[in-house]
Amino acid sequence: MEAYKRVALARKKTRPTGQDFIDNIFTDFIELHGDRCFGDDPAIIAGLGYLLDMPVTIIAQERGNNTKSRVRRNFGSPHPEGYRKALRQMHLAEKFNRPIVCLIDTSGAFCGIGAEERGQGHAIATNLMEMMSLKVPVISVVIGEGGSGGALALGVADEVWMLENAIYSVISPEGCASILWKDPSKTKEAANCLKLTAQDLLELEVIDKIISENHRDFKNVFQELKLSLYKSFRKKQLVAPEVLTQNRYNRFRKYGALENTNHPEN
Amino acid sequence: MISKGLFKKPKNELEGHLRAKRTSDPAIPTELCRSCPACKQLIFTSDLDNHFQICPKCGHHFRMNARQRINMITDPDSFCEHHPDLSSINRLDFPDYDEKLTQASLFSHETEGVITGTGMINGHQVALFVMEVNFMMGSMGQVVGEKITLLFEYATAHHLPVVGFTVSGGARMQEGMLALLQMAKTSGGVKRHCDAGLLYIAVLTDPTTGGVTASFAMEADIIMAEPEALIAFAGPRVIEQTIRQRLPKGFQKAEFLLEKGFIDGIVPRNLQKETLSRLLALHSIPKGGDEHGSL
Repeated sequence: MEAYKRVALARKKTRPTGQDFIDNIFTDFIELHGDRCFGDDPAIIAGLGYLLDMPVTIIAQERGNNTKSRVRRNFGSPHPEGYRKALRQMHLAEKFNRPIVCLIDTSGAFCGIGAEERGQGHAIATNLMEMMSLKVPVISVVIGEGGSGGALALGVADEVWMLENAIYSVISPEGCASILWKDPSKTKEAANCLKLTAQDLLELEVIDKIISENHRDFKNVFQELKLSLYKSFRKKQLVAPEVLTQNRYNRFRKYGALENTNHPEN
Repeated sequence: MISKGLFKKPKNELEGHLRAKRTSDPAIPTELCRSCPACKQLIFTSDLDNHFQICPKCGHHFRMNARQRINMITDPDSFCEHHPDLSSINRLDFPDYDEKLTQASLFSHETEGVITGTGMINGHQVALFVMEVNFMMGSMGQVVGEKITLLFEYATAHHLPVVGFTVSGGARMQEGMLALLQMAKTSGGVKRHCDAGLLYIAVLTDPTTGGVTASFAMEADIIMAEPEALIAFAGPRVIEQTIRQRLPKGFQKAEFLLEKGFIDGIVPRNLQKETLSRLLALHSIPKGGDEHGSL
């Protein structure tokens, strides 16, 4: 399938959002709000629940499913306080030895005056650094759109999975076309070049697993995610924390490591 | 009145140049004179070279290349470069990327967007990285991420502080997700260096944006910035397009970030070496006191 068709599917308005995934995969979910510094960001839902019999921390980006909720959720584009709320919950998970599930679905971290004033760059940077050394297992799943740094801020995990029709990209194809070619009509071409589909990213070893989907019925997706998450966490809970964080470091260390680069003078 | 004399003489000469430009075509050779983007005055290139690329009239900091910065900051002959021959490949077969890389290295005389190595700052041994604005706006691809991570790993292994000068347009989109993941990779390197109890000072220069702001630029123990440097996650144009309103004057400048509490201080270029060496000195006593067990 052409890359841009995936982009359209990933952004489709009828696609289940973070809250739907939480409702269908976890039980007894309790939402916990606020970053304890500035406010509560409705673009990120954080809380606790059971994954079968296992208590886990869940952090999900939420786009909203109707006009009113989309406005309230800022269309799933978090402010810095959203990332700080997520990090606060991750540290709590570490304290109480709970695995962490991150559900990624955002067109990007919000670009606005308030977001910049309150340190969007700083909030994302802190998450990247802190997630690297979390002593509990973390699995991130891109369920819709994985938009650049705003997605990666929940994506420093032991394993990164993607739904079949999800996308994950350094920049939106629209942004790429207008910046690089100054021509918004080249969006489809940009989508191809960016290698943003789950299939491309599995080949590049950016992700570890694709969850196959029937995009009209997500029941099987929820079921498969529930079982796969459970199995993976059970395995990872047997791993010593030092080994876990070393493996996570190595996982991200490998991208563009020396063997992939040219040595023209050697 | 020494200062008066100093300022007056070049001004008269420059006015002469301006008149010459209006009357006849052979204008001022660009290698001799440059116009300051802030105060619009013409300045001799030699004056800039002798004064840290700072406008002698208004104090505007011109952009400077990485080699000039290394010479400015490190003690003579102390800099030893690491991995100078690492260069990028077009792993995604992105259109026109190969040509862009060739142009960038011809334009900047560098192989990639960052120079790393070790050197001395007033006698203090440091691991140093300096990003290169002339290489694709210092954008971060796999090689930039790799060189910076290697430097943090080297500094951690050798118990060295890291000093880094950032300038970047963000993640390099021609490398797709592999560029974005450099944010996570470099952050891992910074985190390990940090956990080893070592000092990292970042100096943010104009412009530091996108994926670099949202990773190692904002992760330093002490963050300094150059006067009026643009420091942003999303650049001003992107924000104006998103929210469809004009941004207030001075938004996302170093002074604004200082006011909002995101940087520790603003240091003009002529004071940077001194400031860095004072900070390094304050951190050079081992934890728990010196060898006599007291501070």
